[in-house]
Amino acid sequence: MTDPDIYRYTRETGDFSRLLQSIPYATFIGLECDQFGDDLIFRLPKKEENLGNPILPAIHGGVIGGFMELSAAIYLMMSQDSMRMPRIVDFSLDYLRAGLNRETYAECRLTRQGNRVANVMVTAWQKSRSQPIATARAHFLLED
Amino acid sequence: MNDAIRLDRVTRFIDTLKQARELGLSVTEAREGNLTLCLPYSDRIIGNPDTGVIHGGAITTLMDTTSGSVILCALDEFELCPTLDLRVDYMRPAEPHKPVYARAETYKVTRNIIFTRCEAYQEGGETIANCVGTFMRIGKEATPKHYRDLITGGGQ
Repeated sequence: MTDPDIYRYTRETGDFSRLLQSIPYATFIGLECDQFGDDLIFRLPKKEENLGNPILPAIHGGVIGGFMELSAAIYLMMSQDSMRMPRIVDFSLDYLRAGLNRETYAECRLTRQGNRVANVMVTAWQKSRSQPIATARAHFLLED
Repeated sequence: MNDAIRLDRVTRFIDTLKQARELGLSVTEAREGNLTLCLPYSDRIIGNPDTGVIHGGAITTLMDTTSGSVILCALDEFELCPTLDLRVDYMRPAEPHKPVYARAETYKVTRNIIFTRCEAYQEGGETIANCVGTFMRIGKEATPKHYRDLITGGGQ
């Protein structure tokens, strides 16, 4: 899916802006990604349009899901050295705390990689990493 | 409560969800314990620019919203119920340039938990995704009265 130049640029510089700009949904929710050494931290800056529950107010659960899902896909693509967005098979999401109207972070872990399917765990948090707002696991189909 | 009231309540409810408005979600049908919402196609939610296929995250939001809102069609009084968990199985990518619908039902309502299932599909097409969810009941008092009145149209 990814333009080879964008992919190469992202790999070499650790600057994800061009890659993310090429994915409309990433821009739609405002997803950002920072690289620290080998680690990737995904970020969802505070954004009014992402809110669901107007009372708290809190980020829409679906946006938290979409953020974690797209983070997992990008993480897998980078860790596999693949230029294609992996296809998601299933996604299981536990909401642990309300995602308040503030910046949200996510990190991913490749739990298991087979020949055809990979399992990725995602944790999302806001103020403190030790108090996640959601955890998720996803299966992706690996296509060469 | 009849279907017209259900449709009104759900319409007012999703209108208060900024992300639902941003996606342009609308109510197609509301019946007892049963709800269908529509997600229009938009270039802004594409996940794969090569194919124009919309991102699974938008489908997740559609299904989460439908599953969360079908609760309004199952309970007489409005309660805001937070999502405990959601499990989404993707069957096939959505066809570009066509709206996606999600039909949800509450299949078990208990004092504490509401169990839902939901299917996303396109007109004349096969299932795009299936989803099961659980929602926590925190009681209607947990929702401010002004918000409850806003959704129910005040004292209905």
